[in-house]
Amino acid sequence: MFAVLRDLVRYNNEFAIGLVLVAAIGIFALASLFSPVDPNLIFTTIPDQPPSAEFWFGTNSRGQDMFWQLSEAFRNSLVFGLTVACISRIIAITVGLLSGYLGGWIDRVLMFVNDIFVAIPIFPVLVLFYFVLRSDMNTVTLALIMACLGWAYDARLIRSVALGLKHREFTRHAVFAGMSTRKILLQEHLPFVMPIVFATFMNNMLWSIGLEVTLAVLGLTDINTPTIGTVLYWANSHSAMVVGVWWWIVIPVVLTALTFLGLFLLAVSTNEYIDPRSRLRRMGV
Amino acid sequence: MTDEILRVDGLKAYYQMHYFGVQREVRAVDDVTMSIGRNEVYGIAGESSSGKTSFIKVLAAAVRPPLRVVSGSVNYDFRSGPINVAAATAAEVERVRWKSLSYIMQGSMSVLNPVRRIGQTFHDFAFRPLGLPREAFDRRVLDHLARLKLPADILRAYPHELSGGMRQRVTIGLATICHPEFIIADEPTTALDLVVQKEVLHLIRDIQAEMGASVVFVTHDMSVHANVTDRIGIFYAGRLVEEGPTRKMFFAPRHPYTAHLVASLPRIGDTAQRPSLDGRPPNLAAPPDGCRFHPRCPLAVDKCRIDVPPLVEVAPGQRSACWRWQDVQPLDRSVALAHGAVT
Amino acid sequence: MTSYFWFVAKRAVLLVAVIFFGVSATFFITHLSPISPVETALGRIANQSSFSPDAIEDMRRVLTDLYGTDRPLLQQYVTFWQKLAAGDLGPSLIAFPTPAMTLVMQALPWTVALLVVSTLITFLAGNLLGALAGYFQNNMALKAFGVVAVVLQPIPYYVVAFVLLILFGFVWPVLPISGGYAMDVAPGWTLDFMWSVALHAILPAVSLVLVGFGTWFLGMRALVSNVVTEDYVTYAELAGVKRSTIMGGYVIRNAMIPQVTGLAMNIGTVFSGTIITEQVFNYPGLGSLLIDAVFGGDYALVLAVSTISITAVGIAIFIVDLLYPLIDPRVKAE
Repeated sequence: MFAVLRDLVRYNNEFAIGLVLVAAIGIFALASLFSPVDPNLIFTTIPDQPPSAEFWFGTNSRGQDMFWQLSEAFRNSLVFGLTVACISRIIAITVGLLSGYLGGWIDRVLMFVNDIFVAIPIFPVLVLFYFVLRSDMNTVTLALIMACLGWAYDARLIRSVALGLKHREFTRHAVFAGMSTRKILLQEHLPFVMPIVFATFMNNMLWSIGLEVTLAVLGLTDINTPTIGTVLYWANSHSAMVVGVWWWIVIPVVLTALTFLGLFLLAVSTNEYIDPRSRLRRMGV
Repeated sequence: MTDEILRVDGLKAYYQMHYFGVQREVRAVDDVTMSIGRNEVYGIAGESSSGKTSFIKVLAAAVRPPLRVVSGSVNYDFRSGPINVAAATAAEVERVRWKSLSYIMQGSMSVLNPVRRIGQTFHDFAFRPLGLPREAFDRRVLDHLARLKLPADILRAYPHELSGGMRQRVTIGLATICHPEFIIADEPTTALDLVVQKEVLHLIRDIQAEMGASVVFVTHDMSVHANVTDRIGIFYAGRLVEEGPTRKMFFAPRHPYTAHLVASLPRIGDTAQRPSLDGRPPNLAAPPDGCRFHPRCPLAVDKCRIDVPPLVEVAPGQRSACWRWQDVQPLDRSVALAHGAVT
Repeated sequence: MTSYFWFVAKRAVLLVAVIFFGVSATFFITHLSPISPVETALGRIANQSSFSPDAIEDMRRVLTDLYGTDRPLLQQYVTFWQKLAAGDLGPSLIAFPTPAMTLVMQALPWTVALLVVSTLITFLAGNLLGALAGYFQNNMALKAFGVVAVVLQPIPYYVVAFVLLILFGFVWPVLPISGGYAMDVAPGWTLDFMWSVALHAILPAVSLVLVGFGTWFLGMRALVSNVVTEDYVTYAELAGVKRSTIMGGYVIRNAMIPQVTGLAMNIGTVFSGTIITEQVFNYPGLGSLLIDAVFGGDYALVLAVSTISITAVGIAIFIVDLLYPLIDPRVKAE
């Protein structure tokens, strides 16, 4: 595992750039643990200060130091993305492996449900949940809802791999040896789908953080918890661009773009590493 | 051989790879010299990774990175003029493709475009080289299908709607419709069931006899060679180790590897265990010194571990690259008889 | 032909299931909530002017009757479907007493047009350039497209839309950044109006195209670079088949198949993007309507927009699915 990482860093530029970006953002987000101010409070400092030696990222119109504000926001958003990705991976793996291994009517029913989930537009449903829950809509609830909605596509991918594993020699050995279905799936099949799980993990994080930004910017989440989206929401509601507090918008947008680019590059390059055909192409150069 | 259509001289083709900082060179074809006559069916045998596939890629002018021709020449003497495909430009090769030089590719399952009807594929492959008006072309295709014993309505079918045998006939049809002078057939019968195999073999032979083409026939299956080929060349670890008329190769092999291949054929009514070779084919990235077969050879002596044996004429028309070719045991006549080499 | 019929039948069952489950979900999510549409409505009306308690009580009775909230949930559910079948989901609150459905139907064409135009542009441009980039892997210009696609692809719709808004609203104000058409043009089938609509659609459409482009470009590039190693492509090349035929009939034709599946799977995501883009550019589509409805506490309108969105996306996916057997002959054989 470590050797693979080292090789990827050394010979795959995309992976190296992605790793540097994500690591930098990760460190920046973790810095919030040592924040000298409570980022949930407002008017703790002079408002509307441009970036300077004292306030690296400036301060906003609500009197918050943008450096610590953004640090906290990125930590919350990343944790949010990780939560959604973890839970939805568990659902996707369960459905995908069961469907692929058991086959028959269980497969058909699961894939039918899967197709429904793929076809239902998620955004209106999320808005609906906000409409109903209002102030009860906190980050954890949102993460749970999104995890329950965001597994379908990846479950299908995992199923297609599991279908192939079902007829392999070692599966038959395991069945003859009297292994239980649960054991076969967890011990024999799970390792084979882990690469896909890993690559889709980052795509799922991108998806969930992006959706959270979208919802938050519209004010459809808990706007009092700092996240990437809520920072932009407050900047908009104070017309930051119009009144000239540009750093309130530009810095978060640039940092967000870098985060997304980093995660995306990691996803793409691991995907390429997993897919032997693209590896062969690289050899051919 | 006076009337040669193909002459290969000192051909070396290597895979040169560069991946994750590791440089690797695999000598897939290492110094091969041979020739093929007009209207001859030449068989190439050898196990997988013996270099036979790379060799015919060079013959077919299908060399793609990471495979590269390092040195040597591959000269064809076509009616339209001579060409060295190892050095020719893409445009020069383009002129002889399909008209003079055609190819039956391995794996009938995957060589036909799954979303194109068979008729359309015939049009793609043969319309330009034949240069006939549309109606004459259609008639030509129908005539050719009849020769292949294929019904005319398959022209409207998609590949997945045909059986494996039919698909293989279609690829043979594609390769032969332009009446090429030289056909390369790469494992054309592998993955087909036995009955279909036989049909396909007869078909290739009949078409070859009727149209008068030279055929290079590649397969690891020695019994197929016995049925189809005039001469056989045996590849081992990137080298041509023995070559000769098919009958001689079965009755009097002069290389221990050939002897082994022939002896390992199954015989009806013989319950004895087939002898098997110890070890694996050598790693071509770091081949053994001397004769590359020596680690697995029952006859190996010290000389074999140091010096590379040259390919020398050991009998009229037969060449072997073995220091101890005189000690190779000729084979029991019944083996060859059982495989129709003398029919 | 019969196999195509069965294919369509199977897809139609799925469409019905999607609409049924999706719409049921919207119903139950909204009805299991503690918020009463009646009280929300009363609160709004009472805020605007003062009424006597008796008048409010009267109004409560009327509204309860209208929304049917006093009946058991199951009965409400049945009534809901009956009303939906008749295209009636009750009056909207924010534009009382206009029926919610009427508002939705006014907004729907804007969203559909924006979605269809931008999706077509994105799909065609992304796939064509992606295919070229996958086939001519050493072309510098195409490589540059790849870098742009990689950078743009993961960025949320909102950020791209917002950057465009800043660029063309503040930095270089040449394009309209708000609304569906200029205020001084009367709606109608006039040239002026059409021109104004087209002009106003540019920025929303461009932001959708920019974000969507990468998905198709990168997907197609990867697919093509795999397809070119397939035996049938190698074989056609060995046979000296014309380059353009190989590119069109062999490479792109085969790489398109998963992309069309991808299009079906993508419609939902693009729809989400449309909602946010509409909000940023104040575009008079379903997205803006949905957000207005949520903040206006407009129960009927939220339900109507969600229902129609789910149905519309379901139908769009159904249409794309129907194309699938036409481009992949193997599907029919199943």
